[in-house]
Amino acid sequence: MKKFINKVDDILVESLSGFATAHADLVALNLNPNFLTRKNKAHNKVAIISGGGSGHEPLHAGYIGVGMLDAACPGHVFTSPTPDQMLEAATAVHADKGILLIVKNYAGDVMNFEMAAEMLPFENATVLTSDDCAVINSTYTTGRRGVAGTVIVEKCVGSLAETGADLAACKALGDKVNTRTASIGVALTSCTVPAAGRPTFDLNETDLEMGVGIHGEPGRRREALREADAIVADCVEAILADFQTKNIATSQTEALLLVNGFGATPLMELYLLYNTAAQLFTQHGIQIVRSLVGNYTTALDMAGASITLCLLDDEIKQHWDSPVHTPALRWKM
Amino acid sequence: MKTDFILDAALAIQRTILANEHTLESLDREIGDGDHYINMKRGATTVVDMQAELVTLSPEAALNKIGLKLLSTIGGASGPLLASFFMCMSKTLKEHGDDSLPKIAAAFAAGVQAIIQRGKANLGEKTMLDVLIPVATQFESLAALGHDAKLIASALTKTAETGMLSTQDLIATKGRAAGLGERAIGHIDPGAKSCQLMIEAVCQLV
Repeated sequence: MKKFINKVDDILVESLSGFATAHADLVALNLNPNFLTRKNKAHNKVAIISGGGSGHEPLHAGYIGVGMLDAACPGHVFTSPTPDQMLEAATAVHADKGILLIVKNYAGDVMNFEMAAEMLPFENATVLTSDDCAVINSTYTTGRRGVAGTVIVEKCVGSLAETGADLAACKALGDKVNTRTASIGVALTSCTVPAAGRPTFDLNETDLEMGVGIHGEPGRRREALREADAIVADCVEAILADFQTKNIATSQTEALLLVNGFGATPLMELYLLYNTAAQLFTQHGIQIVRSLVGNYTTALDMAGASITLCLLDDEIKQHWDSPVHTPALRWKM
Repeated sequence: MKTDFILDAALAIQRTILANEHTLESLDREIGDGDHYINMKRGATTVVDMQAELVTLSPEAALNKIGLKLLSTIGGASGPLLASFFMCMSKTLKEHGDDSLPKIAAAFAAGVQAIIQRGKANLGEKTMLDVLIPVATQFESLAALGHDAKLIASALTKTAETGMLSTQDLIATKGRAAGLGERAIGHIDPGAKSCQLMIEAVCQLV
C-alpha cells in the first residue's frame, strides 16, 4: 500500500480537519461524534442531512452549503456512520421544518439511519437512493445500491428545501429524482482500504469488473478489457434497459448525463467516456441538455468510472439549475 | 449469569477476533467490502476497554451499556445488529430474570429476534442469522430439557459451526453480498464466521 498516511487510525480525522480548514468559509466540523454543518445555520427550512462511509469524497461533506445539504455525517472508511452522529447533527441544524435524511441504499447505512430516525426528537423523513442498475432487481437482492445519482438527489432536494417547501414535498422530489436516475459503474482496478492495507479485490491487468459498486464490491460480471466505446455501449444499454423495466419513457426526453470518476481515472478518460455516452444516448432519442463530468462519488483509489443518466422534467431541471455554493459543486452564486 | 462472566466473554471474544484477522479479512474481501474485521476488532476492543465501568453493574445493565456503546462505535451493518441484540437481551433479562439457563436462553433468543427485525433477514439468506437462529433454537430447547451448561455449550459450539458452514452453499439475499447472485456460492459469509467464532469463544468459558 502506497498512500499519504501518518497513522492509519488518524486518516479520517486528519482528512476531515483539512477539509474543514480548506473550506472554512462554507463548513464547520464537529468531532466526537463526527459531523459537518454549514458554517452559517439556515433558518425556517427542512434540514437536509446525508452521510455514509468515508472514501467517497467529495460525497457527502463536499455538498454542504446553500442549495444542497445542511449537514453530513462521515463514517469510517466504507462504513456507515452511527446514529449518535445523525442525532447530534440533526440537533445542530434543525430549522423548525423537520429533517430529511438522504441515505444510500446499503444495509449498514439503512439500519443506522433507521435507528437514528426512530430516536430523533424531530419530524423526519428519509429518501433512500438506489440508482445503481448494475444489481438487477431480482429475488436475490435486497434492492439496488445508491451510488453517484445520490449527488443529483442531494442537489435537487437541497434546492427545493431552500424555497421553504415542506418535508413531504422534499421527500417526494427526492423519491422522484431517484426513480428517474440510473447508474452503472466499471472498475479497472480495485481500491485499497487504508486499514486493510491491501486491495479489496483482485482484478488482473487484462480484466474489468462491470457493474462494480462504490466500495469495490463486485457487480454483474468480470470480463476482458475492451475498447472504451464497447464498454460504454454496455453501460448505456444497461441504463436504458433499467428505465424500460421501470416503465419510464426515455425517447424524446431531456436528460442530465453524469460521468463520475472513482478516484484514480484521469479527467481525460472521463471526457472520452462522456463523448461516447452522449452520442449513444442521443442516438436513442435522448436529449442530453445538462452534464457533469468529474470525481463526484469516488471509491478511494479505484480506477474506473460510472455513467449516470437522470431523466429531467421541468421541476427537476429547475432544481438542478438553481444556485448552489458548496465545496464541490458551485454555480450561479 | 454474572457480570464477571460477561467481562470474561468480552475478553474471549476480543481474543478470537484478533486471532482470526486473516480469515475474516479474506472472507470479506471475497464477497464483501473488506471492513468486517476492522469493525469487529473496533467493537471488541471497545467493550474490553469498558471493563472498569461495567464491573459494578448488574448483568442486564452491563449488556445494555455494551449495546449502546456498540451502536456508536461499530457502524456498518454489524453496529445496529449487534447493538439491537445486546439491548434486547438486556431488556428480556430485566423483565424475566437471569437466574436460570432457560431464562438466559430466552434472552439470547429475544436478542436474535431483534437482529431478525432490524436486519429484515431470516434463515437461509447467507448472514449471521444462519448461525444465530439454530443456536438460539437449540439453546432454548436444551435448556428447557434441563441439560447442564457444559453439555449445552458443547452442542451450541457444534451447531454454530454447522450454521457457519451452511452459508457456503447459499446465495446471499441480504447484506453486502446480495448483489453477487450466484457468484457468492462457495464463499462463507464473514458475518456468520465472526458469530460462530464469538459463540465458540464464549462456550469455551462455560
